[in-house]
Amino acid sequence: MSAVSVSPLYLLDILILFWVMLGLAGLVLQRSKYVIAHVIFPLGALVSLLLAAVAFLSLGEAPVSLVLPFGLPDLPFHQRLDSLSSFFLILLGVATVGVSLFGSGYFRHMDGKTLGLLCLQYHLFLASMALVLLADDAYMFMVAWEAMALSSYFLVTTDHAIPDIRKAGYLYLLIAHVGAIAILLSFGVMQGGNGISAYTFDAMRGAHLASFWASAAFLMALFGFGAKAGLLPLHVWLPEAHPAAPSPVSALMSSVMLKTAIYGILRVTFDLLGTQLWWWGVLALTLGLMTAVFGVMFAAVQGDMKRLLAYSSIENIGLLLVGIGLTIIFHVYGKDALAALALTATLYHSLNHAMFKSLLFIGTGSILHATGERNMGRLGGLIHSMPWASVLMLVGVLAIAGVPPLNGFVSEWLLLQAFLLSPGLPNSYINMLVPVAAAVIALSAALAAYVMVKFYGVIFLGQRREKVLEHAHDAGRWERAGMLWLALACVGLGLAPVFVVGQIDHVTQMLVGTQLGNAATDWMFLSPVDTDRASYSPLYFLLAVLGVMGLTVLLVRRLYHGRMRRGPAWDCGYPAQNARMQDTAEGFGQPIRQIFEPFFKIEREVPSPFDTHPKYHGHTDDKLWFILYLPVKHLTEKLSAWASLMQHGRIHLYLTYTFATLVVLLIFV
Amino acid sequence: MMLTPEQTLAVVFQITQLLLVVLAAPLLSGWVSQCQAWLQNRSGAGVLQPYRVLHKLFHKDAVMAHNASWLFRITPYIVFGCMWLAAAIIPIIAVDLPFSQAADVIALVGVFALARMFIALAAMDIGTSFGTLGARREMLVSFLAEPALLMVLFTASMISHSTQLPRIVEALAHHQFVLYPSLAFAALAFVIVLLAENARVPVDNPSTHLELTMIHEAMILEYSARHLALIEWASSLKLFAYISIGIALFLPHGIAEVGNWPVLPLAIGLLMLKLMAAGAGLAVLETLMAKMRIFRAPEFLGTAFLLAVLGLLIHFLLGA
Repeated sequence: MSAVSVSPLYLLDILILFWVMLGLAGLVLQRSKYVIAHVIFPLGALVSLLLAAVAFLSLGEAPVSLVLPFGLPDLPFHQRLDSLSSFFLILLGVATVGVSLFGSGYFRHMDGKTLGLLCLQYHLFLASMALVLLADDAYMFMVAWEAMALSSYFLVTTDHAIPDIRKAGYLYLLIAHVGAIAILLSFGVMQGGNGISAYTFDAMRGAHLASFWASAAFLMALFGFGAKAGLLPLHVWLPEAHPAAPSPVSALMSSVMLKTAIYGILRVTFDLLGTQLWWWGVLALTLGLMTAVFGVMFAAVQGDMKRLLAYSSIENIGLLLVGIGLTIIFHVYGKDALAALALTATLYHSLNHAMFKSLLFIGTGSILHATGERNMGRLGGLIHSMPWASVLMLVGVLAIAGVPPLNGFVSEWLLLQAFLLSPGLPNSYINMLVPVAAAVIALSAALAAYVMVKFYGVIFLGQRREKVLEHAHDAGRWERAGMLWLALACVGLGLAPVFVVGQIDHVTQMLVGTQLGNAATDWMFLSPVDTDRASYSPLYFLLAVLGVMGLTVLLVRRLYHGRMRRGPAWDCGYPAQNARMQDTAEGFGQPIRQIFEPFFKIEREVPSPFDTHPKYHGHTDDKLWFILYLPVKHLTEKLSAWASLMQHGRIHLYLTYTFATLVVLLIFV
Repeated sequence: MMLTPEQTLAVVFQITQLLLVVLAAPLLSGWVSQCQAWLQNRSGAGVLQPYRVLHKLFHKDAVMAHNASWLFRITPYIVFGCMWLAAAIIPIIAVDLPFSQAADVIALVGVFALARMFIALAAMDIGTSFGTLGARREMLVSFLAEPALLMVLFTASMISHSTQLPRIVEALAHHQFVLYPSLAFAALAFVIVLLAENARVPVDNPSTHLELTMIHEAMILEYSARHLALIEWASSLKLFAYISIGIALFLPHGIAEVGNWPVLPLAIGLLMLKLMAAGAGLAVLETLMAKMRIFRAPEFLGTAFLLAVLGLLIHFLLGA
């Protein structure tokens, strides 16, 4: 550092302010769509990049804090930048570079007025997410958290003319606020009744709660952040709200906003609460496993491409929670090296998910642009007309399916290693849980591959299911740039795991007091414990695959002729085949629907053989909605109906109530 | 960078195995078919038949459907490359294979997943009803078979405290015929996975094109000539790889250990015996069993998955 050293927090605050100003500029300039699309959004991407760079440079440095001179009287905003915040800021920055670049192209065609508003909300959303990560007191955290919820609510309801979208937005807002109340209560428990100054995180760190109150705080936080993350059974808003938003916003919500919830859980569990209990870990692990399987199962039966991705986000949140649960368990039992491994896997997967899920969501945006269609049953064959999008999306699909040498595999590998190294926990019940959990993780990973083959195959491959798809155009220049950035991030995170793990070490050092220390030993081989136990080198792997493939191509080229002709596909002697005979999204998900039938609520309308106009209709619903949410809704309606018995809107009645209350109070006092 | 003599030897081993597997894999497939022919009282086409088929296919003109994309064209190479690599990193002759440091058992499962995803996508590329049907069924079979395989490998990793194949084989080969209860469950599960993943009876049948039942063949219907040859070759490499995994996990005894290369001829001889026995066993299994309905397959594979988890659980509880 030079003699004039500037606190990175100042820089970050300036960058965040810059985002807000960009948003305001968008609102002012709403007449010139060109400027918003081609100047403001790229500038926003630049700010994201700078933000990520500053956060990267301060990763592993000593925490810095700052008291901002605004807020309420006697209650200023506290900010702090430590390794955990830095890590998630990097995630935010890197992912939003791609999404904002893509947004430049995607939002271009919007109506000017909507675009101006959207530009403001979009940048406010980014700024509030960054502020959530920097907050160092409950007050500022809640303000930023609410700003994040509200700005994203307005973004979700961009197309508010459609009733379904209004409904999705309302549901989102409702659950977000139920969650926010729980988070607030959690902070309330953690400050331990020590007055208003105790709402800073520093005071909470020093509070040392009794285990009952610590558990209460943890449960509240898990509930509150779980509601934001889409944890079972608080997930119902996610598959409604994420697809409803414009694609870049869906990308931000799935890839970054969900991670702020993960950040919150980590912050509360490992930083603010001094000690953990083992059953917290078991709870998180179990909930995570259920969420993961549930998410991927439902993803497999979706017909709408954005809903499919939303359910896949639920699955990934489940995996992240499994990682957190394992970390808690290991940390409680003093196995800190293992805790560091599980935490590394969790953080790595957060980063990975941010990249490939943004990539896939903005990819669906390109498809939506080119075809105007979200239903996979009406797509198909886009690989021919959208070469850029199809290649870049293939990278995302392979990454999320967890195949080597891309990034999804690395975090899966780390997580499975954490499971494999775990025997010898003193609690034999947990010992039994571990292999079952590993099996469930493996199952959901394999199902994710199923889902992704369906996603890519039905949209991009095969014959075009509708005539209009012939005119589908490829992603534009800005859209391509955004997707390319994220695809490169997926490849980079996949090929340089040792470097990434070396950076994550700072965070694990801070949260669980130890680190993997892999980077120091070997830059080529990722090996979390020692090389005899396990190692993985994606670079060598890629070289080997490319090597044998190249050799094969060369030999085939060399030794045999390359004669090839094109012909019609083999029709099995039945020439009247058409594009509608391919598997639809429905058809591809059918085996999963059949195997896991008890978990779905299925409505089916099958025509009789004598129908002259046969119509098939199938619909798969979430049972939890009917079991859990509708009763709560009915109960609320009933209660409010009773409450309305007392309310007639006449002033003398209310005066009577006041009088009665006074009399009752006087009697008691 | 200079290599020590041991490292040089290890690299030589690696390259030898790479060449050996790719040349020997069709022979194993031929041997299995020949054994089946004998069991069914036919004279059979001889063990060299797969080579003749490959030769024939490589000489034909390729025919490609009009709407085949680049994905369809590169898939045979990717699948072949993946299977070749998979078969080359499993220690069957000697345990010092340098590449196994870069890819452990989880990566091995990953290689199979990579190949599977590509072949399923290529099957959907033409857009015929058979192709998509095959892709769907393949993914259906694999979403249960893959975790089962992973659990089997985990059980072995737990016993040997390593996920690296050479370390696993070393550890298991050292224990002189100790019967691990966990491995017994794992072995049962593995046999089911092997049958399913290699498109064998009772899950699939590699020798028919019956639309009600075919999985693998439905996916590759549109391939011809050299592409088909590569895929057929990759299938025999896959069978070779799976049988190698079986040998490495459950019968590793007699493998040449680090630096002990004078026993190499003996190790190769033993390996050939093991491969022949495994191939004959596979033929017997296939002859004795009938093809099951496609919707029985998930139950069958679910059994494998449960057995594998049970094996792992037993290891966690008993430590054996």
